[in-house]
Amino acid sequence: MTTQTVLSVEGLSKSFRAVKAVRDVSFTIPKGKTFGLVGESGSGKSTTARLVLRLVEPTSGAISFRGRNLAGLSARDLRAERRHMQMIFQDPFGSLNPRMSVRDTLVEPQLVHGIGTPAEQLKTAERLLAEVSMPRTALDRYPHEFSGGQRQRIAIARALATNPEMIVADEPVSALDVSVQAQVLNLMRDLQDRHGTTMLFISHDLRVVQFMCDEIGVMYLGEIVEQGPRDRIYGAPAHPYTQALLASAPGKGSGQRARLKGEIPSAHAVPSGCAFRTRCPHAFARCTTEKPVMRDMGGGQKAACHLLDGTPAA
Amino acid sequence: MSAHLTPLPADHLSPVPQAPTVLDVDNLSLSLRNADGLLPIVTDVSFSIRQGEAVALVGESGCGKSITASAIMGIAPENAVIGGTITLNGKVISSLSPRDRRRLCGRHMGFIFQEPMTALHPTLSIGRQMTDTLRHNLGLSHAEATNRAAELLDRVGIPRARDILKGYVHELSGGMRQRVMIALAISCGPSLIIADEPTTALDVTIQAQVLDLLEDMRREFNLAMLFITHDLEVVGDFCEKAVVMYAGDVVERGLSADVVNAPTHPYARGLIDAVPAHDDGRTRLTPILGTVPPVGQWPEGCRFAPRCTRADAQCQTRPALERHGQTDARCWHPLEGIQ
Amino acid sequence: MLRYLGKRFLLILPTIFVPLILVFLLLRLSPGDPAGMMLGDQATAEQIAALRTQLGLDQPIWVQFLLWLKGIVTLDLGNSIFFREPVMQIIPRYAGVTIMLTLVALTLAVVIGITMGLLSAMNRNKPIDRGVVTTAVLGISLPEFWFALLLIFVFAVTLRWFPVAGYNPPSAGLVAFASTIFLPALALGVRQSALMTRMMRSSMLDVLNEPYITTARAQGLPESKVIGQYAMRTAAMPVVTVAGLSAGYMLGGAVAIEIIFALPGLGRMLVEAVGRRDYPLVEGGVLTISLVLAVLNLAIDLIYAILDPRIRYQ
Repeated sequence: MTTQTVLSVEGLSKSFRAVKAVRDVSFTIPKGKTFGLVGESGSGKSTTARLVLRLVEPTSGAISFRGRNLAGLSARDLRAERRHMQMIFQDPFGSLNPRMSVRDTLVEPQLVHGIGTPAEQLKTAERLLAEVSMPRTALDRYPHEFSGGQRQRIAIARALATNPEMIVADEPVSALDVSVQAQVLNLMRDLQDRHGTTMLFISHDLRVVQFMCDEIGVMYLGEIVEQGPRDRIYGAPAHPYTQALLASAPGKGSGQRARLKGEIPSAHAVPSGCAFRTRCPHAFARCTTEKPVMRDMGGGQKAACHLLDGTPAA
Repeated sequence: MSAHLTPLPADHLSPVPQAPTVLDVDNLSLSLRNADGLLPIVTDVSFSIRQGEAVALVGESGCGKSITASAIMGIAPENAVIGGTITLNGKVISSLSPRDRRRLCGRHMGFIFQEPMTALHPTLSIGRQMTDTLRHNLGLSHAEATNRAAELLDRVGIPRARDILKGYVHELSGGMRQRVMIALAISCGPSLIIADEPTTALDVTIQAQVLDLLEDMRREFNLAMLFITHDLEVVGDFCEKAVVMYAGDVVERGLSADVVNAPTHPYARGLIDAVPAHDDGRTRLTPILGTVPPVGQWPEGCRFAPRCTRADAQCQTRPALERHGQTDARCWHPLEGIQ
Repeated sequence: MLRYLGKRFLLILPTIFVPLILVFLLLRLSPGDPAGMMLGDQATAEQIAALRTQLGLDQPIWVQFLLWLKGIVTLDLGNSIFFREPVMQIIPRYAGVTIMLTLVALTLAVVIGITMGLLSAMNRNKPIDRGVVTTAVLGISLPEFWFALLLIFVFAVTLRWFPVAGYNPPSAGLVAFASTIFLPALALGVRQSALMTRMMRSSMLDVLNEPYITTARAQGLPESKVIGQYAMRTAAMPVVTVAGLSAGYMLGGAVAIEIIFALPGLGRMLVEAVGRRDYPLVEGGVLTISLVLAVLNLAIDLIYAILDPRIRYQ
């Protein structure tokens, strides 16, 4: 396994007027690995995905993809670069064009990027369908003829059509029933193993993130508050928010359900100091005045909390 | 696990055998009448809930769990044809006229929806919606109803209750909306609460808060609760009993601890295996093959058979819901409580 | 709330001034000269030129427009060329009839539309619903003047319930007023009521499927209250929106109706004034109609804001 970096995001921020949706987010994804962004609604995880794809223009920060800074690319170069970075969305009903047959859906990305002859494009479409375990007869059918899970398979096949280096998946299984969700998750892992695709995986579901991701960033109110390898995040969470998030998940027995007070504040009015302090069970005076820096917890784990004072700054 | 789950009473289906039965559903069936005739949606659903007890109705979308709830409430679609017997506090209610059924709503049964944003009226104030209910069901005056509404909001943990009463649903956060919905459902002192995926639309940390609140309410008012969900992990935390539905059928029924930890029906087992669990270190999940058959295209015999790894010729005949191990299952080849 | 209404008011200003500018230009670009019309065939070129100077018609168009704008501000719209008296004195004599006609027609349309739409929705796919829907299609297809003639023939000529033509102001007593306004208002309102019926029907059917209606039922509220208060409140909103558009349509349609029923209204006055190239009177009439429309639309915005609290915050 090489340690070549495919995506590196540095100090990424996005403000929509007064709303600070994403603040100073940094992470890197090595080739063939999956980086998960987990957080509640309003945490900025989906905006981060859109920033990485440059569907949304960042306010500041650098996005380096395959060694090129995406933030500086012209519209034309960006379009060419998109061939290597495809996306899968949450809603398998909305993300496929209802008037396009599966054949056209799979051929179109190849046409757009000028890949292959028409005969080759069709062959690729057939191969892609087989890869996502759909029958060849699906080619001439339309999205409405398929169930949610099948549509998401088609969306995955479409994402693979340009043989991309990286896939950004935004809540790809959230709209699916559990039994189907497992099929799609298995499929995504298989394809990743087979093609060595790098993945940015966005989800609110801790169980799904744990299953899919090698490295995880926990987002709260536009920031990554903790990040590190999966086993460290789930086994030894350092940030109080990560701890609360894990303890809130069902299946722990009602007695152990964490009682994090209040709700996520509006991104219009981010609390001073540590953004999490208004809900943190351990907040003290310093949290109001001083913003905690990311501290290195060892083993690749980093967290931003004053309670971790004494560990060296990352 | 919560303390009330541990002792296993003689009547194994009920951890609180001394409490009176609030809801009894016997052989409930529901079909929708359309141009082509009758389309069966739910068949042979039977379960009961005692005072202070929470029963989960679990299944994936389209299994018939929500429409079962609406049949119990008496708010099923107009073209629904309902069979079987529904008994509330010892009184058969399934034979009552729609008008008399409506009288039971609010006063004896409260309903909590999945999406409080759309379940609360967008242009009527929170206060108006609450006082309408209180005045109609309890005959309170406007002032009494307003006071009671403020107390209720206070009780479900909403700060500045008086101000919130004047506000509208779009001004509240998701968690607050669901608290209002809970206050509305318990406002007229019902003995049964039906909660349809009450936390599915909420964030994890808010979900935990709302589940705590529901549990508090259940304890405080000794409510019987029918908890509709697709999430088996919530079931284990929150409910004494669980009823698993698949394609309009009850496929497994028992104490939720047994259903979650040692299911005997292959579908229930499959549901559990399909979910990536915390720290189980698996690199592959075990999905259930295929998809749920749409309504109207159910197979003959066991409806799960086409997706079941244990199916054989016998499964062409419809199995009955029978005791296997610790639970009841509708299966010819049950798993014997594999942990 | 005040801010919302202020904003709506600012948006309405162009709807007053754009028609004015158009009418001002169109009148002057169309052939025919008021001075020539006034003096008749026998007038000499010197006489016409003298009158043109007196009326200010020899000035460049933009000067004439500025002078006229100044007139609006100082509430002096000039003298009618034909009547030789101030426009400000002529208009009120005609405006009352048109405003009454439009208001009664609008009220009839809304009342009929909401009632029939509700009746139809509550009896969906039953004979009564089919009857209402068919009638509404007929109502939309029929031109007003035809319907006006039909009403006159049936109710005035054959049944003799109403006078054939003429107008009694409200000051003549309610019965006398109603007897002359009812048929014209009905003729003017029928198409709009048919439109509103269809809108009310579909909006009611949508609302009845909303979860908050199920909540109201699940709370034990009687069906009369669920429909009459909870569903009506949201279902009527599209009808209110349409009422604003209908008002403008009716003010235009009033011309034909006033002529058929011989009502001394603005519409008839305008047609005659245009024929006489009576610039000041035409401009005064259009200004009045624009103002009436603006006031009606503001009133509808106010009703909308009362019905829907979400509007007030936008």
